[in-house]
Amino acid sequence: MKILSPLILLIILILIAWVGTALAGLETLFGLVIPYVALILFIAGFLYRIYYWSRSPVPFRIPTTCGQAKSLDWIKRDRFESPSNLFETLIRMAMEILLFRSLFRNTKAELKPGPNLHYGSNKWLWLGGMVFHWTFLVIILRHYRFFLEPIPFVISLTEKIDSFFQVALPILYLSDILILAALTFLILRRIFGGPVRYMSLFQDYFPLYLISGIVLSGMMMRYLTKTDIIKVKQLSQSLIHFDFTVPSGIGAIFYIHLFLVCVLVSYFPYSKLMHMGGIFFSPTRNLANNSREKRHINPWNPDVKIRTYHDYEEDFRDKMIASGIPLDKD
Amino acid sequence: MADGNPKKADLAKSIETESLFLGGIKPDKEWTELPVEFKPGNFNYPTKPDIIEKLGFPNPRKWTPLDEDWKLPENWKEIILQALKDRLEKNRALKLFMDTCVRCGACADKCHFFLGSGDPKNMPVIRAELLRSVYRGEFTRAGKILGKMVGGRKLTKEVIKEWFMYFYQCTECRRCSVFCPYGIDTAEITMLGRELLHLLGVNINWILEPVVNCDRTGNHLGIEPHTFKQVVESLVDDVKEITGVKVNPTFNRKGAEILFITPSGDVFADPGIYTMMGYMLLFEHIGLDYTISTYSSEGGNFGSFTTPEMMKKLNAKMYMEAERLGVKWILGGECGHMWRVVHQYMNTMNGPADFLEVPVSPITGTPFSNAKSTKMVHIAEFTADLLKNEKLKFDARRNNHIRTTFHDSCNPARAMGLLEEPRYILKRVVNNFHEMPENTIREKTFCCGSGSGLNTGEYMETRMRGGFARANAVQHVHDKHDVNTLTTICAIDRVTLKAAMDYWVPDVQVAGLHELVGNALIMEGESERTEDLREDELEDFEQGEGKDE
Repeated sequence: MKILSPLILLIILILIAWVGTALAGLETLFGLVIPYVALILFIAGFLYRIYYWSRSPVPFRIPTTCGQAKSLDWIKRDRFESPSNLFETLIRMAMEILLFRSLFRNTKAELKPGPNLHYGSNKWLWLGGMVFHWTFLVIILRHYRFFLEPIPFVISLTEKIDSFFQVALPILYLSDILILAALTFLILRRIFGGPVRYMSLFQDYFPLYLISGIVLSGMMMRYLTKTDIIKVKQLSQSLIHFDFTVPSGIGAIFYIHLFLVCVLVSYFPYSKLMHMGGIFFSPTRNLANNSREKRHINPWNPDVKIRTYHDYEEDFRDKMIASGIPLDKD
Repeated sequence: MADGNPKKADLAKSIETESLFLGGIKPDKEWTELPVEFKPGNFNYPTKPDIIEKLGFPNPRKWTPLDEDWKLPENWKEIILQALKDRLEKNRALKLFMDTCVRCGACADKCHFFLGSGDPKNMPVIRAELLRSVYRGEFTRAGKILGKMVGGRKLTKEVIKEWFMYFYQCTECRRCSVFCPYGIDTAEITMLGRELLHLLGVNINWILEPVVNCDRTGNHLGIEPHTFKQVVESLVDDVKEITGVKVNPTFNRKGAEILFITPSGDVFADPGIYTMMGYMLLFEHIGLDYTISTYSSEGGNFGSFTTPEMMKKLNAKMYMEAERLGVKWILGGECGHMWRVVHQYMNTMNGPADFLEVPVSPITGTPFSNAKSTKMVHIAEFTADLLKNEKLKFDARRNNHIRTTFHDSCNPARAMGLLEEPRYILKRVVNNFHEMPENTIREKTFCCGSGSGLNTGEYMETRMRGGFARANAVQHVHDKHDVNTLTTICAIDRVTLKAAMDYWVPDVQVAGLHELVGNALIMEGESERTEDLREDELEDFEQGEGKDE
């Protein structure tokens, strides 16, 4: 149910776009209105989520230390696993955000007869995650060619590298193959991966299916149906220049692609996909481990009534005298 | 081990055959459908009504988790939802940890309770989902409308029971947070979950009675000042008997240079007392001008397993006493959660400690710049510096009967990054040291299975399941290197790992780091040493010429 229902939802979404454009001819709705609405939902939702997180304070400095802290001068410290200042913390975060450092640590526990526990290296999730996220980024960057004129060098360079293994025309992008492989892996590990399947929810499958739908519809346009790129570029230019014109005859498959992108973008800020923003905020990763060196302030540091030494001495005076413990008041 | 606890062979078999995911078996129900079944051995006794009253906490009453009706306050649901809302606005981590989990599963097999029980709700991700599902179902629009479909659920009395079971089946060890790609820290979830449950009077006596004691007498055990002094003095006598040297601790002495605070477990619990003897020998050896306080006679802080307010209240005594006695800085003994509080919370809660000075070792002149604001130094940092500067006369051969491994305690490892100092000391004072497998030490260390206030007699089955991962790694070095001692820098470990070792690896004893330092020290005017601090015989070697490498 958790596995199938998001797939059914995806099919419904595809049908909506197909019916809406191929049958009902609502190209203005799907080409202009929905993309604008999606963008507004994305920006507003993203900003709101950031604001929602930011307005709560970080009462305590709670980094998870994953290496030797700064201590005595001669003790070799692990600057980026237990950072002691802002610079080191930024490196730690960069490693986390760009290289998925913590996931790279992953192990797999196995119970052998005895019982004995064994911990093997388990980097598949790290690899799948890295391939997925990085190829996704490359693909997004590639799409800038539809919006920018002239195409910036960085974008064309990315494209060149991406099409390094060109074997036939049209250019086969490496990123297309890799993202499909990564998505397949990520979906299959959820469906067949015991504990992961057990913990997975509707909202864990849906984005994977949705992105797969986007990738597949995009690839279809490129490698199979030969969508008219000139018209697509006209539409994208119209979108960024607020011309409000929609070239006719782009084809339903394009609108399916675009609609799914719009769904992803609008869904993003209201879902677990916000881990993209959240990773920057995590107090166990984005704080330096220097709480004995520099005082961290908690804005709601509570007032509490503390039992004073005075009261303690009053209570135990005779016993303290008898055992020769010095007193404040004789 | 009390009657009614499972035999080792039975528990081992249960772990081997019933551990669900590790054995490839999947439960036939969603976790939300799995019943919460309390039975003797899987819960800690609830707090006695008079203890709750003394704390001024709500809903004192007699109850047990075995009851159908937990006698919650009438508006229990409102209380929890309001408090959750309030805490979300007070702690960013909580919001993030509710929102960013992608259920990637990296944490699943990292929890010692999961490894020892196979209970899916012990996977850190699901432990957090216990709360997250309510957050979704009661606070988010999608969750309110779509409910179960998107993993949302309503808060029910059954959920409260589930929270009680699983937030007291987490030791706040933070091992999962090392592996989480977003750094989600289940300890934060558990701390919050327990905080919410306190509002309904759902809590355990083993945590709250020590809190009451500590407030009144200065230590968890409720030992009054005269008895405290007397017990330390009896250890002084033991030291004299074993080494021929009289050590001279002082109590509540104004004008001492350093206030020494250690968990009361070191003073009262076997084998912690040998560590206490080690501290006193060390201080005598270097002529340290220190004093021990009876008012602030507890390093540990069971308040930290309760609420931020309670943690602050108990911790405040350290600075207050340091100020009253006019010491320059504070030296802290070996303890796990104590150091989580001192390192990550104390200065924020009860600082700034402007009345103290930046700690400088009076023996070596080394400034502890990493503690320049909190002004409290860990004894492993202090002793490592002494050893590095060759200020100690010792003979490591006095520990030749000891073949040890080192257990990184959760909090010094994952909340401080104190990894090398204890190893440096251990390698200097002991000749036989072997590390456990790399995935079970340092930041990946396994909890003793009984931390965060769960070390009760009635909880033994769950504790032994939780301690299995640690014990299994000890078993490995015991088989391979004939290791007979597990050294640790945590007072709770010294009690709980002793139980875990007695159960799982009976040939291995548990020692404190400074116990082994004390064994090795060559004291001025000492008599010939034939026994270690436990009065176990030393192995034969040529005494006399002090050898300090």
